Amino acid sequence: MTADRPRALLEVAGLTKHFPVRQGLLGLHTAMVRAVDGISFDIAPGTTLGLVGESGCGKTTTSKMVLGLERPTAGAIRWDGEDVLTLGREAMRRYRRAVQAVFQDPYASLDPRMRVGTIVAEPIVINERASAAERRRRVMELLGLVGLPERAATLFPHEFSGGQRQRVAIARALALSPRLVVLDEPVSALDVSIRAQILNLLRDLQARLGVSYLFIAHDLAAVAHMSHTIAVMYLGKIVEWGDADAVSLSPRHPYTQALFAAALPIDLDSPAPDAVLAGEVPSPLDPPGGCRFHPRCPHAMARCATEEPVLRAEDNRLVACHLYD
Amino acid sequence: MPLSTERPVVAVRDLRTHIVTRWGTIRAVDGVSFEVGEGETLGLVGESGSGKSMTCLSLIRLVPRPAARIVGGEVRLDGDDLLVLREEEMQQIRGRKVAMILQDPMSSLNPVFSIGMQVREAAAMYHHLRGRPLLERAASLLAAVRIPSPEARLRAFPHQLSGGMRQRVVGAMAIAAPPRLLIADEPTTSLDLTIQAQYLGLLKDLQRAHRLAMIFVTHNLGIVARMCDRVAVMYAGRIVEMGPVRRIFREPAHPYTRALLASIPRLGARHDRLTAIEGQPPDLANLAAGCAFAPRCPDAMDRCRVEAPPDHAVGERHVTRCWLSAP
Repeated sequence: MTADRPRALLEVAGLTKHFPVRQGLLGLHTAMVRAVDGISFDIAPGTTLGLVGESGCGKTTTSKMVLGLERPTAGAIRWDGEDVLTLGREAMRRYRRAVQAVFQDPYASLDPRMRVGTIVAEPIVINERASAAERRRRVMELLGLVGLPERAATLFPHEFSGGQRQRVAIARALALSPRLVVLDEPVSALDVSIRAQILNLLRDLQARLGVSYLFIAHDLAAVAHMSHTIAVMYLGKIVEWGDADAVSLSPRHPYTQALFAAALPIDLDSPAPDAVLAGEVPSPLDPPGGCRFHPRCPHAMARCATEEPVLRAEDNRLVACHLYD
Repeated sequence: MPLSTERPVVAVRDLRTHIVTRWGTIRAVDGVSFEVGEGETLGLVGESGSGKSMTCLSLIRLVPRPAARIVGGEVRLDGDDLLVLREEEMQQIRGRKVAMILQDPMSSLNPVFSIGMQVREAAAMYHHLRGRPLLERAASLLAAVRIPSPEARLRAFPHQLSGGMRQRVVGAMAIAAPPRLLIADEPTTSLDLTIQAQYLGLLKDLQRAHRLAMIFVTHNLGIVARMCDRVAVMYAGRIVEMGPVRRIFREPAHPYTRALLASIPRLGARHDRLTAIEGQPPDLANLAAGCAFAPRCPDAMDRCRVEAPPDHAVGERHVTRCWLSAP
């Protein structure tokens, strides 16, 4: 990427995760699901990286490795220049405090037996020695930050609608003043009329707190709206990564083009997408050789089947495709 | 409503479906009227609980009983009122005249029977075929929904197919008759984007081939732009606005429709702030008098909180329920 960017907050290099799967009658044969296969990206302070791709492409595995919930098979995760995978216990605790998450389903991610005030205070109780008065002050501040009334603290999750619950989940994620929040499909479970409220809230919080986001969603227009940079994944690889406007408005990789063509803009005059992809995503157990996209690619050439393309700079983004060699 | 499609396939008039709950009676469908003609697609949009799915279930009389009950109105299919038919007669309508595709294909497929048995069952029932011709018919149905090597797929079980392929099998069973009306209730919500694009193209082709009247339930306005001729926007059990898609997208008359269109992120407008709809979706068990959208409406007047606005036309085939434009 361009050289004048500020130093990255999070930097991922050659990140790989293979899951062994036992096969055969006695489970003696092991195959590897190559869920994430050598990806690299970075996130600058106060910016959002949108991660897109279809189910099974490795988005969620990537976010789990960033959150420290899954240990990479290979590769490095650097936080503020330090290698996260070799951090000592105390430093790892600090890292975990600095990286928080908001998940898709606010009905599943909040304990139904805890009051909202307790839910939001829990990270503070676990990680800090704050007095009860101090905790209460911080909980009120957090609830105010996400637009909930103070009295919300005394209520239970079931007394809230989906959008309000997601606000509670956001308040909890912000409790320890993180520098990066992983947002895994944060609005997909919400009603259409509520999504804009939450997206606006997330953008306001970023402007106010300078927090970075790793934003994962299948709604491409929402990703384009929220992100400064976008990375597109296909079968465990990043095929295109760069400036959000460049990737979303003039995609270069044939897969990115097909994905954004299939995104169905609310535009009556856009022609019907003629770039409808045939076929389905192959199994990550046995990904195609060469470029993993070549069996579905409308522009595939002979070398695409044998030679794997690498990410190369092209018009404000990196793209892995032989068309641009 | 002052609308008429020439010889509509389905004409719904003042449909009312109520659900009795612990918290009181919910008017899930509260006086819904619309028509769909041959080869036409009507989009039904709205948020969860707005009554889209309950409207569809009412059309084929499959509302969850005993809690839900159709309490009034008419559903005319080619002129005959389905709501007065005996249950045995209704069974002759379901699948044969009106078919349905639901969001989750596994809710329509039986996991312990092969694809072949399930598709053959549909084909046998509507066409009284047996033996070789039945098998060929089943294979040609799978071919019609573009399933590769259909003969081999007939022996497969649902769990051996991907989500997109399963949904195609459901599509094959839906057009087995073929029906007059196809109801698609969020058929692509569980599919990936590129698979969704394939499926939407397939549905359009099936519709053209059989001149199907189609009702397409979705919360995705991009799908409406791509698939529908007309769209009905539902809020709290009522159609608050209905008209040709082009007209509704360009000149929405109802504040809810306007707000919905403004709240959706668009490619290329990254730096604009989204116009959020304030407040929460309505609690159907405790609806206030007047217009259900009034508490969230930026243009609400005193009258809106007292009296429900009437249905009225604001253009050709364009109707709405709002005091702002009411005569």
